[in-house]
Amino acid sequence: MWNLLKIELFKIFKRPRTFISFGAVAILVGIIQFGLKIDGAAYIQFMLHDISQTLDVEGKVLNGYFVCFIILQLLLVHIPLLITIIAGDLISGEANMGTLRLLLTKPVSRTKIVIAKFSAAAIYSLVLLIWMAILALLVSLLIFGSGDLLNLKSDYIVQLKSFDIFWRYIAAFGFASVAMLTVAALAFLLSVFAENSIGPIVATMSIIILFTILSTLDIPVFNVIKPYLFTTYMIGWKGFFDVKLGTDNQAILGSIQNLRSILVAVSVLAGHIVLFLCTAIYVFNKKDILS
Amino acid sequence: MKRKKIQIISLKLLLLCCFSNYHTYSQDVNNLLKNVRAKLDKVNDYVAEGNMKTDVVFIKAPVTTVKILYKKPNKFKLKRGDGISLLPKGGITLNMSSLLGNDSYTSISSGETRIGNTKVTVVKLLPNNDAGDVVLTILYIDPVNYLILKATSTTKDNGTYQTKMTYGKYASYGLPDKMIFEFNAKDFKLPKGLTMEFDTGEKKPSNDKAKMKKGSIEILYSSYQINKGLSDADFK
Repeated sequence: MWNLLKIELFKIFKRPRTFISFGAVAILVGIIQFGLKIDGAAYIQFMLHDISQTLDVEGKVLNGYFVCFIILQLLLVHIPLLITIIAGDLISGEANMGTLRLLLTKPVSRTKIVIAKFSAAAIYSLVLLIWMAILALLVSLLIFGSGDLLNLKSDYIVQLKSFDIFWRYIAAFGFASVAMLTVAALAFLLSVFAENSIGPIVATMSIIILFTILSTLDIPVFNVIKPYLFTTYMIGWKGFFDVKLGTDNQAILGSIQNLRSILVAVSVLAGHIVLFLCTAIYVFNKKDILS
Repeated sequence: MKRKKIQIISLKLLLLCCFSNYHTYSQDVNNLLKNVRAKLDKVNDYVAEGNMKTDVVFIKAPVTTVKILYKKPNKFKLKRGDGISLLPKGGITLNMSSLLGNDSYTSISSGETRIGNTKVTVVKLLPNNDAGDVVLTILYIDPVNYLILKATSTTKDNGTYQTKMTYGKYASYGLPDKMIFEFNAKDFKLPKGLTMEFDTGEKKPSNDKAKMKKGSIEILYSSYQINKGLSDADFK
């Protein structure tokens, strides 16, 4: 199994296109950081326009933690698209090149091959996420410094103390890894059905885009279907940046407003991963490999 | 004829009585303010430390430590470590001597009332100059200890502020141990499409507090360093 995994990882990381995702993340994060460094004050002013009618906000709002939050908010919707490029190609790509039949002539069960390929996709997704975490969090902290985080929600603001933030980001990236694995599992499942990689990649992207739009649109008619879309739960990482209030209406340090909903989100996503992977194993085992 | 004469004399006596009473009362109020100011004038500068609680319906903020600097006549700064501070627009009237710092107001006595168990004298201050933001200040003064227990300021642009003070070991300087600053808070709204919120399924509380839209800042002072000398650079 370990040898199979090493072979699959070698296949992924020997391709130059694998590193397009790493380059894209670096460029996107760099652009956001550059923009905020040059003209971040205007962005902050826009976001705090409502609150500035009542309160004077003093202090370093534009700090590394705030920049990382903006980056995650913008990019965690798009990172799945980069993951599909690899995960959607794992089986269909081999089918297209005609190496799949050759692979299956080895004395290894199809289930093991599927698990090894999915594990390789999972490792790729995690490495990409760690790369993003290093750029978005650590580099932002280096450029902008540390400070309290203002989490601007639609009808209230959460202020988090600087010493109470880092662990939340670790937890958020942990959550995001589960979300990205869900995307990888979906792309991988669709890859089992196809003979070339374009189909599963485009299909996964389309599903993610459609579901994400439906999940984020605040239109009552779509609220009914939101609980059934896995993309609704993919932004659960934000739950780590909300806190409980004490009896004196003060934020409780180290608390999470609704841990249960985060755990539910993780469970739903994990359930999707298991479902997609099991379906992929079942279909692949039953499939006639003609290419 | 005689009866009419008596009526006129009675009326004159009544007016005289009222006027002299008003005059005495006005003098009392001015003396009271003078004594309050004399107490506050003992302080040339101070550095205070304490804990600040922010209670605004649309803000979830933790209790934080603050450092407050004051220097005569009106230099004032609230420092909040390295963190972010959310303070009422227009600044907090944390320093009573800045309210009574000059004589450019007309004081009007408005009777007496009680705050808790303490009988207080109510004094209205009307600014002589209408260039400032404050149009009316009402002070509730403890006439025995010469301490301001409550101050309400109505402004042109920033609504009405109310400051409540509790005194302890620094009462001899007119400096409070606890101060609650109440203000009007406007609503806060951002489009959900912009914030891309994680819907936890929780029902939003339809609290009356939200309707009231009142906010408060409470500062619990732990220590004062009085008249140790502060430079203008400390306020930058």
